[in-house]
Amino acid sequence: MTAAPEPVLALDGVGKSYGTVRALHGVSLTVTAGEVTCVLGDNGAGKSTLIKIISGLHQHDGGTYRIDGEPVRLPSPRAALDRGIATVYQDLAVVPLMPVWRNFFLGSELHTGRGPLRRLDAARMRATTREALARMGIDLRDVDQPIGTLSGGERQCVAIARAVHFGARVLVLDEPTAALGVKQAGTVLRYVAAARDEGLGVVLITHNPHHAHLVGDRFVLLKRGAMAGSHARADITLDELTRQMAGGGELDQLRHELRGEAQSS
Amino acid sequence: MTAGTAAPPAPETGRPSGPAPQRRAPARVLLARPELGAVVGAVAVFAFFALVADSFLRPGSLSTVLYAASTIGIMAVPVALLMIGGEFDLSTGVMVTSSALVSSMASYQMTANVWVGVGVSLLVTLAFGLFNGWLLVRTRLPSFIITLGTFLMLTGLNLGATKLISGGVATRSISDMEGFPSASAVFASQLTLGDDVRVRVTVLWWLGLTALATWVLLRTRAGNWIFAVGGNGAAARAVGVPVARTKIGLYLGVALCAWVSGQHLLFTYGVVQSGEGVGNELIYIAAAVIGGCLLTGGYGSAVGSAVGALIFGMTEKGIVYAQWDHDWFKFFLGAMLLLATLLNAWIRRRAEATR
Repeated sequence: MTAAPEPVLALDGVGKSYGTVRALHGVSLTVTAGEVTCVLGDNGAGKSTLIKIISGLHQHDGGTYRIDGEPVRLPSPRAALDRGIATVYQDLAVVPLMPVWRNFFLGSELHTGRGPLRRLDAARMRATTREALARMGIDLRDVDQPIGTLSGGERQCVAIARAVHFGARVLVLDEPTAALGVKQAGTVLRYVAAARDEGLGVVLITHNPHHAHLVGDRFVLLKRGAMAGSHARADITLDELTRQMAGGGELDQLRHELRGEAQSS
Repeated sequence: MTAGTAAPPAPETGRPSGPAPQRRAPARVLLARPELGAVVGAVAVFAFFALVADSFLRPGSLSTVLYAASTIGIMAVPVALLMIGGEFDLSTGVMVTSSALVSSMASYQMTANVWVGVGVSLLVTLAFGLFNGWLLVRTRLPSFIITLGTFLMLTGLNLGATKLISGGVATRSISDMEGFPSASAVFASQLTLGDDVRVRVTVLWWLGLTALATWVLLRTRAGNWIFAVGGNGAAARAVGVPVARTKIGLYLGVALCAWVSGQHLLFTYGVVQSGEGVGNELIYIAAAVIGGCLLTGGYGSAVGSAVGALIFGMTEKGIVYAQWDHDWFKFFLGAMLLLATLLNAWIRRRAEATR
């Protein structure tokens, strides 16, 4: 690679075993501020193990994990958050029945008043939520509506805006577009780009090469717990990425099987 | 007779139910309140008994109604908070009795000032709550099972320990003991306003607890956490909410109110029947559900459960004033509960309507 700025987060030959099962081994990737690193892999390729190591849910047992050049071993998600690594999970991002602003500040509530009158500063939290969402280009009708009334894409966007607002430097997104339609996925990717433009480093976990290629600066391919490739954007086309992602030769063979002789169409 | 309670969904018809309202209209805000159904139901029940029972509107009758509502409401409010936090407590009914028994027997056996018994009872009752909460977060068993266990254990313990210590099914009277008048004033007195209006002190406890619980729920961080752990525990944990601590705190709140309720029971009569309280836990839960709490957690209000308790009080006493057979009380409440739950389900569908 060219002389890039110092990466915020760097994995070098990281591995993880659960008992005798080697879930991940020899994975290296770097995340630089203002860039999107995509991690691509099929189901069972080790994507979720990787995300758990980065976000502090599990500890790696091989290789090194560096944040700002300093080797770390994160004991908990809280420790990762304290170092500016925020993870947005696709399924457990929000509490559906709570208003948007309460979700936004959940766990980091603002207060006003003193002693027994110490209370939530609802007005300030509402206003801040509206501002933070607007800054990310999210136009929400009403921050008092239950977040469950938002679409899946909008919920992801609120979670992203939340991470940006609370000072995350690295945003880890777990399959943010997996359960979404084409249009909603586009919306989410737009906010991924907005987060990148705010100067965050983004780790985008996905199994969709089309989505990855739209926003990615770097692509890491995982296959059965190991690295199957690592490319900079300039070095790889969408077709090549798709082909590698789908297993290259395996895809050709599958096409052959499914289509029989009629390969022309 | 329950036709009035079917009314709540009616306002819906006038409103556009599009998924993307541009502005939050006041009527819409009102419609989104969890206690709306309970308030409409309470008005309907009140109007109903005002019509069919001549003596219902007399000050004396109303104060009796409020008293009945308050004894349920003191427990329904913390039970509602617990349910918003996503958990059940089936041991509340007998825990009230346990609290009264401990207080009574501690004072009697030590021949001490009754306030000593009151203090011992507080500690023991909080220990019951702590046990429920601690077991829940440690074992991760459903709270239904855990508190069903403590319900049965306390039921047996109340009867067995009372027989062992007092030699009967009831405790010995402590009404002639030192401190009884002052404790009675705090937990079981009656205030007279003007000439004819009498208010039981439990009504003040009930209103005070409702106000406190509402403040906690809507204006403190703890309240935010209660909604969050009930609505989506995993998401709450992921953003740093102490889920275990919040749930244990909720069980302690229930125990604290069981203690207040138990002391009221004791200082009203001076004696406690050890078999009392069985079945009340379901009444508290029903009041909370009528008040808008979802069984699945994450939604509800303290005011709603207080209104739910008021519906219970009005129904229980209204049937007496209408000179009907008291047996119809439970039937009436069952019907109310079903209607309220249907309404809640409808509210939640609105709140969770996604795409």
